[in-house]
Amino acid sequence: MYYDPFVLPFTIGLTALLLFLIIKYIRWIRTFRKSERRKIRKGIFSLKTLRSIGEIFSECLLHRKIYRTNPFLGYMHTCFGLGWFLLIVAGKTESMVYHTSAVNPPYFAIFFRFFHPAKETFPYSNTFAFITDLLLLFILSGLFLALAKRLWSRIVGMRKTTKHRPLDLLILTTLWLIFPLRFLAESFTSGLRGGGSFLTNNAGEFFARFLPLEQLTYPAWWAYSGVLGLFFILLPFSRYMHIPTEIVYIFLKNWGIKQGTKFNAFSEIQMYACSRCGICIDSCQLNSSLGMDTQPVYFLKKIRHQKEYGHLIENCLLCGRCEASCPVGLTHNALRLAKRPDLSRITKNTYSYAKNAAAPAKMAYFAGCMGQLTPAVTRSMEQLFKQAGVSYTFIDKEGGVCCGRPMLLAGNREEAAVMAEKNRAILKASGAEVLVTSCPICLKMFREEYGLQIRIVHHTEYIDELIREGKLKTVPSEQRTVFHNPCELGRGSGIYQAPENILKSISRKIDTAFDGKKSLCCGGSLANTSIDGKQRNRIAGDAAKAYAAYKPDVLVTACPLCKKTFATASDIPVKDIAEVVAERCRP
Amino acid sequence: MPTLWGYSISAARSIDYDKNDPLFRRWLAIASPSSQLCIGCGGCTAACSAGNLTEFNIRRLQMLVKRGESRETAEQLHKCMLCGKCLLVCPRGVDTRQMILSMKRFLREHDQ
Repeated sequence: MYYDPFVLPFTIGLTALLLFLIIKYIRWIRTFRKSERRKIRKGIFSLKTLRSIGEIFSECLLHRKIYRTNPFLGYMHTCFGLGWFLLIVAGKTESMVYHTSAVNPPYFAIFFRFFHPAKETFPYSNTFAFITDLLLLFILSGLFLALAKRLWSRIVGMRKTTKHRPLDLLILTTLWLIFPLRFLAESFTSGLRGGGSFLTNNAGEFFARFLPLEQLTYPAWWAYSGVLGLFFILLPFSRYMHIPTEIVYIFLKNWGIKQGTKFNAFSEIQMYACSRCGICIDSCQLNSSLGMDTQPVYFLKKIRHQKEYGHLIENCLLCGRCEASCPVGLTHNALRLAKRPDLSRITKNTYSYAKNAAAPAKMAYFAGCMGQLTPAVTRSMEQLFKQAGVSYTFIDKEGGVCCGRPMLLAGNREEAAVMAEKNRAILKASGAEVLVTSCPICLKMFREEYGLQIRIVHHTEYIDELIREGKLKTVPSEQRTVFHNPCELGRGSGIYQAPENILKSISRKIDTAFDGKKSLCCGGSLANTSIDGKQRNRIAGDAAKAYAAYKPDVLVTACPLCKKTFATASDIPVKDIAEVVAERCRP
Repeated sequence: MPTLWGYSISAARSIDYDKNDPLFRRWLAIASPSSQLCIGCGGCTAACSAGNLTEFNIRRLQMLVKRGESRETAEQLHKCMLCGKCLLVCPRGVDTRQMILSMKRFLREHDQ
């Protein structure tokens, strides 16, 4: 029987942690709705579980997504995630080979070098010693990077890092001590009685020259076990709760659980899965342009630790840049929206003034409120429809009911639903089979909240189709264009290819660092009711400047709100993609 | 006095700061500071999606608040769709959406 009292702190810590986690997760999942629990039951024995395991390997261990932010930052996380995991696997395998049995207590593998008399060899003992030493070196190199990151975060590509609570800094120190202490304990043991491989063996011989290893070895094992135990005990109260919770989140997400409109147990799981890595800070323009600490990392941190967070709920553009950069893949927009209270007051008079008539046609065009404010866009669209010879009905030509998304973004879902009902009636009256919108905000609303059975496209997609089908004849030009992909069009609705195709066919489109998912927010977002006009202008000005660095002749966008916001902030002319196409169309 | 100087006062447009209930007005000035920048140009009302279809007038809302007529304000507020067009046309940078949301919050807190 292999046992020594020094394994107790580790064993007690691990047992307490596992018990706590099991109770916590079961209590969360029990509050899920019936339909969601059915999804879990159906999902467990399906390919979704295998896919989750794959995702857990690539995200929780490899940390693949972090490499997109910075290779060094990615490597640092791989060292901790994959390195620690492999060290456990290698240690366990080694102990099983030695013990020739699958069942041995967890501490036996962790403290193997203590229990194993070094002189005694067993199959592949040298290989195992080499592998575990290599892995330890791998983790220590990551630790070195982590230390460098604390001193100078730019070294791993981060302009700003998270401000942590004192308790989190304490547990961070505990975590950092684990591997150096393991290194010392194993080296001392090796220096005393041999064993180990290139790292611990050489270090042991080195230490033996000037340290009284007889007295130091045993306390070193106690210290190693002690910090492990302390880390496990502190984990549930610190940000490191993200380690087990991210795994649970990945399973639930793949089994089909979604963040609803309420802040519920699944939201809490997301909140605990946030690692506070702080990658969202650099991606947020409220920080880069205005220096505000309103990013998901601080928002979730405040909610979790019961600090006042009311002022952060509204202070978010819901542009989705944090979501696109989040290595854990949390749904930050939905989380923020779930905290916005629904203050709707519905009476029978609410929006009763809205008409519900429209001329019938196969295709309906909806300019939206913002579209109404940019007549150049609606004029261009009407010109293009005529040139392509499509019959259409302009359902809000004389002004109509708002799509409801701005109301929904303010939290008032019920009032938004009344508006949706009005527009559904108008669409039904028109008998249209396709709906074309000029505003991506409307597009997202029509697609996600209306439950319509017809095809809903944004005008970029529609124009792209018309050009490819040969219904619109365009003349290419030498104009240099940069495309600003609106938040609700790109990240919001996943439309990236259509504007790319159009601009490449009619102009010299310049690729920028802000293409695709990395596009900037113009600052005009209706989702933020906290910042004022001047602050919006500063965001717009910074974004316009970033695009202007590529020296385009025209800054092209595909959202009337973005166009309006940039109009006063950009020195370069701003046009909607519909206008640019209309200019390049042969009559 | 005013008649002496050849002016007349339209009761429908007057704000009597001595007699009106100042609660709503003072509350809004704190909750939505930019609302105080309004010069009453009416740009918001001209652009308004709701105003296009009904008698909804943001400029008038401001006056109702200053007169302390919270009941009438509540009835009018029902019509706003919060689309944000007014925000884009305001020459003074009044955060109109935030102003309207603040009004709604006041009315909710005061049971109207």
